[in-house]
Amino acid sequence: MKIDRRCFLSLVIGGAAGTALTPLPWKMTDDSSIWSQNWPWTPVIAKGETFYESSACTLCPGGCGITVRMIEDRTVKIEGQTGHPVNDGGVCVLGLSGLQLLYNPNRVTSPMKRTGSRGSGRWEPISWDEAIGQVVGKLSELRENGQPQKVGCISGSPYGTVPELFKRLMTAYGSPNVMTVPSLQDSLQLTMKIMHGSDAMVGYDLENADFILSFGSGLIEGWGSPVRMFKANSGWKESGIETVQIEPRLSNTAAKSDQWIAIKPGTEAALAMGIMHVMINDGLYDSNFVEQHAGGFSGWKALVMEDYTPDKVTAITGVPAAMIQKLAKQFAGAARPLAICGRGQGDEPFALNETMAIHALNALVGNINQPGGVVAVPKPDYIDWPDAEMDDVAENGLAAQRIDGAGAGKYPLTSSLLNRLPDAESAYSLEALLVSNANPYYTMADARSFQKQIEKIPFVVSFSSYMDETAMHADFILPNHCYLERYEDVPVTAGMAQPLIGLARPIVEPLFDTMNVGDVIIRIAQEMGGSIAEAFPWESYEACLEETLGDKWETLNDEGFWVDEGFQVAAWEDAFTTESGKFEFGNASLNLFPGFNALAPEGDEASYPLILIPYDSMRLANNAVTNPPFVMKTIEDTVLKGNFGLVEVNPETAKSLGLSEGSVARLKTPKGESRVKIHLYHGIMPGVVAMPKGLGHRTKDRFTAGKGSNIKELMGPVEDQASGLDVAWGIRAKLTKA
Amino acid sequence: MSKQEDRTTAVDVKETEGPAGPVILFFIIGFAVSLVVGWGIFPKLLYSQKHQPVEFNHVLHQAEVSDGCESCHYFREDGSFAGSPTLESCMECHEEALGESEAEEKLIEEYVIPEREIPWLVYSRQPACVYFPHAAHVLTAEMACETCHGDVGESDHMKVYEENRITGYSRDLWGKNMIGLKKNTWDRMKMDDCSACHVKENVRQGSVQTEKGGCFVCHK
Repeated sequence: MKIDRRCFLSLVIGGAAGTALTPLPWKMTDDSSIWSQNWPWTPVIAKGETFYESSACTLCPGGCGITVRMIEDRTVKIEGQTGHPVNDGGVCVLGLSGLQLLYNPNRVTSPMKRTGSRGSGRWEPISWDEAIGQVVGKLSELRENGQPQKVGCISGSPYGTVPELFKRLMTAYGSPNVMTVPSLQDSLQLTMKIMHGSDAMVGYDLENADFILSFGSGLIEGWGSPVRMFKANSGWKESGIETVQIEPRLSNTAAKSDQWIAIKPGTEAALAMGIMHVMINDGLYDSNFVEQHAGGFSGWKALVMEDYTPDKVTAITGVPAAMIQKLAKQFAGAARPLAICGRGQGDEPFALNETMAIHALNALVGNINQPGGVVAVPKPDYIDWPDAEMDDVAENGLAAQRIDGAGAGKYPLTSSLLNRLPDAESAYSLEALLVSNANPYYTMADARSFQKQIEKIPFVVSFSSYMDETAMHADFILPNHCYLERYEDVPVTAGMAQPLIGLARPIVEPLFDTMNVGDVIIRIAQEMGGSIAEAFPWESYEACLEETLGDKWETLNDEGFWVDEGFQVAAWEDAFTTESGKFEFGNASLNLFPGFNALAPEGDEASYPLILIPYDSMRLANNAVTNPPFVMKTIEDTVLKGNFGLVEVNPETAKSLGLSEGSVARLKTPKGESRVKIHLYHGIMPGVVAMPKGLGHRTKDRFTAGKGSNIKELMGPVEDQASGLDVAWGIRAKLTKA
Repeated sequence: MSKQEDRTTAVDVKETEGPAGPVILFFIIGFAVSLVVGWGIFPKLLYSQKHQPVEFNHVLHQAEVSDGCESCHYFREDGSFAGSPTLESCMECHEEALGESEAEEKLIEEYVIPEREIPWLVYSRQPACVYFPHAAHVLTAEMACETCHGDVGESDHMKVYEENRITGYSRDLWGKNMIGLKKNTWDRMKMDDCSACHVKENVRQGSVQTEKGGCFVCHK
């Protein structure tokens, strides 16, 4: 038998015919299609019981309630909590992306000790015992040398049990240097102190106002409590309530308002004064309130009539006199008008007499403690611990003057002046610094001066959950749990018209070897021994929190928030605790009256012909929290293109400088310079350029690092003489073709 | 021209000359071997044999529980189906060893004490691209469990789980029978079986939102 090519072909044909009569080809076709539709590497959500946990968002001061969708023990999605007094089911883009902060690759996974130079990113993981031991060792050493005042502490917020524990630690230890990150709240509370005579926060009954006059506030860009503001703004639009935005730049808020008044940057308060001039001149004010319940009007009135005539105000602000007249009539003519201040998100303070000017505007229409008006809300007062006992060392330390000069000398009114740290004229320098819930290395206006100051401090401890700029330049990192892993009370301070507390609860088990900063403080105190340990009798932070919140604890755990149901806005007769018992249009002994401060930005006009102003965006977190990846993806390409941040320039200005859309330029200020791209924008006035806050991180976080420039590094201080706070509204700048 | 003609002729001659026997024989060999491979070897190669992590006796448990199948395979409050019980359900009774069987010892040692979930192999798990709500079928359409799952509830041991090496899914979806013949409703659970029943029962074929017939009624 001869086997040839034909036999082979025959074998193949036979095989093919046979195979077609078996399940093999049909089954393989089916299986391969199933395989290709369900690639084994495609993530599939694990099945399991679905439920919701309520908690509080801590990513901004807004105090929203959140509901976290869980499958078994995993977090799947963050939603707004329905029925919450702040956000009622709404959530912002940052809050929504919070899970990416939980699982963020930039998290610090265990206590760390720096091994390389500062900022080099070389760390050695250490145990909690060693980390706490190191801090206790340094603090004990300074105390033994009788220098406890050389320890400073920076806290993101002044309220809540964690900041209070820090204050208590510093008190029992013997340092007066507890500093908080400055914000608009500082200016507003000083205003309440002077004009109402009370320790109160400023709340706004936005939902019931019927005319909104905003002096640069980013009403839908993160001012106050962002989600509440979105809802309030929608309410205004639906009921046809007019909003007026006074701002040098066409922001989203300005674009969505009924009137946009393009004003020269930094002169907003002058316009308020001009409006009041017209109101007083034309008798368009609430004479009942002014005559019966207010003092100091006649003296201050003379100043208004003299210095703020429409013509003078026009010269300062660039707003035509007719417009000032019109605004005055509109404001005074509304039933419940409301004036709001604080530029952008209100992260930066406002000059004190300017905040007073806006408050005086509300007072002139009698809109204090009234529906739709400004409401004095008591500061959170639920933390009522017995005073810490102090030993001699502590008493001596506390007698020292504060390193930042707050509360004495030139700045008797202000309780904390973190921004003055670089310029502090103090008899001593800080030897140790503890930083919690803050990233001042990145966020402080005039960041470069602040950075130099931190570099000088030999022992810096960060409690950050993330390897942020401040943590990178610390010596030790004692990482806090992420907000979804820890208990923390969140007293809401951002303009709510009633006292409200939220509770962040541990929704998931901690992913890494982290510890609640509250527990760390208690452990540090207990290891210090003596009177310091005695001031911290709690077994754990949770025990401390439960004891502190008392009968609110159960409500907070069940609902996620607690509202003071019994809160009633004080009537005019009882509202003011000044010496006269009345509302005061200023304070003669402090020589502080509502007015306008011509605070010139740093730099001379010849070398720096432009003015650079910062702006805020809902799409850029710019506080202790850094943008998670989802939020980065929402940034427009007119703000960030590749790794270039864009500077908004009026086409007219750009033409005179020979710059066009997208061209690369050097932006130089007296504080530093940066390579940027140009974005031509008719919404910015000629001679002014604008850049967003929240870009230009210098960490190793691959989602944010190196993207754009940090405007804070280009900014210099614009100090309010009365309070010492830095209003940081702008700086002189120069743009040249690169 | 003539040269080409010559060659053609030569080929023809060769073809007619060659014996037909070997060609047919090789055809038969190819045919037979492929039948053996396709029917005999291929199914064995396609499926791997796996055993459940813990031996389980449905009959024994049915006698102990008060609520029938729903004692362990229940609907949650939100209407979702719990599927295979979690360790927590098992531990309601098996917090400590009940009896001295090998399976009991394994359950306690390997799962209960270390609090590790039992990785049950689910015979009827549909591919990840399929959305199958138990609630619509059991609660709304009032179908019996057996219609799709057969008499699993009356088994005294867990059968071998055959996993498709290509897709990673259970053999029970295609069915034991390789050409897909089915005697019982539960013998096979392919897409055609779903749609045949949906057509028969006059289930809405389209999307509620778009009113179009659509893949996304069942597919993700």
